[in-house]
Amino acid sequence: MRPDSKAKIAFELNGEPVEVAFAPHKTLLEVLREDLALTGTKHGCELGECGTCTVLLDGAPVLSCLVLGLACEGRRVKTVEGLAQGSRLHPLQEAFAALGAAQCGYCTPAFLLTADALLTDNPSPNRDDIKQALSGNLCRCTGYIKIYEAVELAAARLRGERAEPARESLYGSR
Amino acid sequence: MKRGPPSTGAAVQRREGLAKLTGRERYVDDLPLEDFLWGMTVRSPPPSPRGSITAIRFGRDVDWSQFVVVDHRDLPGPNVVYLIEQDQPVLAAGVVRHVHEPVLLLAHPDRDALRRAVHAVEVVVEPEAPVLDFRLPSRSDEIQYGPDNVLKHLRIEKGDVARALAQAPVVVEGEYETGAQEHVYLETQGMIAALEGEVLVIRGSMQCPYYVLNALKHALARDETRLRVIQTPTGGGFGGKEEFPSHLALHAALLALKAGRAVKMIYDRGEDMAATTKRHPARVRHRTGLTRDGRLLAQDIEVLLDGGAYVTLSPVVLSRGLIHAAGPYFCENVRIDGRAVFTNAVPFGAFRGFGAPQTLFACERHMDVIARTLGMDPALLRRVNLIRDGQSTATGQVINDGSDRVAVLERALDVSGWREKRRAHAAFNAARAPVRRGLGLATFYHGGGFTGGGEVYLKSRLQVAGLPDGRIEVRSANIEMGQGTLTVFTQIAADRLGLAPDAVVIAEADTARVPNSGPTVASRTTMVVGRLVERACDDLRRRLGLSESARGDSVRAALRDWHRAHPDQSLVGEVVYEKPPGINWDDATYRGDAYGAFAWAAYVAEVEVDLRTCAVRVTDFVAVQDIGKVINEILARGQVQGGVVQGIGWALMEECKWQDGAMVNNQLTNYIIPTSDDVPPIRVAFLETPYPHGAQGAKGLGELPIDGPAPAILNAIAEATGADPRTIPLTPERLMTIAEFGMRNAE
Ligand code: FES
Ligand code: FES
Repeated sequence: MRPDSKAKIAFELNGEPVEVAFAPHKTLLEVLREDLALTGTKHGCELGECGTCTVLLDGAPVLSCLVLGLACEGRRVKTVEGLAQGSRLHPLQEAFAALGAAQCGYCTPAFLLTADALLTDNPSPNRDDIKQALSGNLCRCTGYIKIYEAVELAAARLRGERAEPARESLYGSR
Repeated sequence: MKRGPPSTGAAVQRREGLAKLTGRERYVDDLPLEDFLWGMTVRSPPPSPRGSITAIRFGRDVDWSQFVVVDHRDLPGPNVVYLIEQDQPVLAAGVVRHVHEPVLLLAHPDRDALRRAVHAVEVVVEPEAPVLDFRLPSRSDEIQYGPDNVLKHLRIEKGDVARALAQAPVVVEGEYETGAQEHVYLETQGMIAALEGEVLVIRGSMQCPYYVLNALKHALARDETRLRVIQTPTGGGFGGKEEFPSHLALHAALLALKAGRAVKMIYDRGEDMAATTKRHPARVRHRTGLTRDGRLLAQDIEVLLDGGAYVTLSPVVLSRGLIHAAGPYFCENVRIDGRAVFTNAVPFGAFRGFGAPQTLFACERHMDVIARTLGMDPALLRRVNLIRDGQSTATGQVINDGSDRVAVLERALDVSGWREKRRAHAAFNAARAPVRRGLGLATFYHGGGFTGGGEVYLKSRLQVAGLPDGRIEVRSANIEMGQGTLTVFTQIAADRLGLAPDAVVIAEADTARVPNSGPTVASRTTMVVGRLVERACDDLRRRLGLSESARGDSVRAALRDWHRAHPDQSLVGEVVYEKPPGINWDDATYRGDAYGAFAWAAYVAEVEVDLRTCAVRVTDFVAVQDIGKVINEILARGQVQGGVVQGIGWALMEECKWQDGAMVNNQLTNYIIPTSDDVPPIRVAFLETPYPHGAQGAKGLGELPIDGPAPAILNAIAEATGADPRTIPLTPERLMTIAEFGMRNAE
């Protein structure tokens, strides 16, 4: 193949079939951001060290900076843009908003997707399960605590419980 | 002191939260951009931190006619990055003073081709003798700044330290060291420069749009009417995007001007970690005179900061460091002497806390060393010495803010279960299991806003415009980087005029549209600039002819009426910073009111140390602080928890490894920051003693939480193991080398 020739693949992106042509050496991260104009997926190192570029590939979290675009032929990819159903936010997004689990927001898409995969596998994770599942994702702003609380809140709601954020998290201890 | 009912805005959600949660927020690298070039930097190579550039060789395999190449001769104005001193070149001109100094800029449409081209340039440096250890005096052939390589020397004096030390029944000495820290904002530095007609427009990740504007104005010799700087949503800053973005903006601008096309520069992580600023390494020495029952009689403190290869912000980092060095205590005799020194290291710069974390680490670790020497409970030692209202700090600032610092301490002891846990740990450790437990404490403070006369010098301006549809628009240059500016300003304006949060628009931080309300640094945004928001709302109300008590419907109606009566005109309330009465600072003697207000805190850390591996786990953390007024509980807790975790990193694992003045572990695999696995429960409590000149009574919060964790954690490790650690980061390797620890380990 000539260096400027393009490869073309078809796969399922956020529930819709897509076809895309791109330079064959490109990573999934680059294909998403540059060829599909989906910039919700961020990057913090492009070396597989920070987790910021996490997307779901066939339902499992992967570092999109380490996956070749070509490897996604025929597979299912989910990005942050695919979490909300129309204008209805995913319970994780709602919980992150209610508890302030996104600060600068740069790490947030990756955390949402990693948590989404966790809750699909394990609807009732305890704090340690959550810590473990999220330990490949770096966040420099939040100190992670609000992220755990948000995942717990979303998990409870997804199980059909009528959970609300802890009063102290919103109003403090008085 | 006790907290009142939550303000209306207590649970207001982050304004840009939805955009961030759905992937719609566009950071600089996400902006749609047509027909642009990528820009990259050619830097001076290791191993020569200092020397003359004798040759720049362009590799033969590259068709250089396809590249835009910029060097120092392309600068239209003086080759300096405008800051405190004009000593740092935009691009090296013949000499280099540190490894990774920018020498050339390249631009090309294809990023891969550009990467190859950067590697194909060879910069040859004829080496000269560098200074690499800031603790050693410079030899004469190493002098590169002034007569002695001292970038700044400052001194604070109160009382008669020499006499008090000579007479003190007990004198305790100690030396403490802190390492550099890398910011690791998750979004690396990035900037886009483009000519739009005659106007050079810069868009990028930054804390201080007007710093960038001034740097461009100066080095490009271009007047303000042909410059425009727009902050893009910023993926973390922590000080790392205070002064550094001026460099990157200049680089992108030079390429764009030469190319006649838009240029985008996004650092990769390796370049960002190796070539941008970090927290100043420090060595602090204490000599403290006390009574036998632990009352401070004299504090003699010597501070040394590694400034790196250019002045950058080191003088003001030193200043804040010195002012915080004596801790939140009362002592009649204090001498604090500090120097920031030149070395041939990549320059150090602003990082959350700005010198105070270094000196407070030393002070608070030293307090525990004193307590051990006296055989005294560390909490009691602090209770005895905490400053009371009516007493003065080292600079002679009389504290009279009504805050009860002992109550802050007591609350932290209570929440953490200090007394019971200390007893339980003593029993647990007596069993000589391979794992030991300990609890450590730090009491500290942080001044909000610029130091001394800084706020007066800044002359911050801010506007609140009344819109025809009854909404208002806050126009400030203060930016959102995750800390919550947009939300807090919304709440402050909405509360002031009795409007709903969605009736408040926050203008984009665009120098063509917003006045200069100063940089987004120094814990000043809520306290100082927030107060300007309140005053500009008042001014708007005055211009509407409304009484001071007018709120809500009457404001909305008046706005609509005004615009009906004045079609196509704009209605703007505007204010300039005014020094609160009774705040006086003398820069010549370094005496007076160093800050408008201090926030006060007491943090407790619990650790578990495995004596076999020397691994330390922080197992519990309590953070109690009086910050005047909590405007948004969620945001405030987030700031504290995030700061504590950054502090855990600095204390235990974040170690910059140096070679020839450059960081060699410039990757996230070998520079380790805390992950979700390293984080203990962090319980946060706020006390509120309103500051009359802060927005709604608020004091600064952003930096405070990074000051306390490192000393609290090291004190806990000392308590758990009997070791006497004095240096951070206290990695397992370092802990293992501490002699007393080895003895205790062998017991
Ligand atoms: S961008 Fe850091 S892991 Fe992919
Ligand atoms: S919110 Fe900023 S990195 Fe996580």
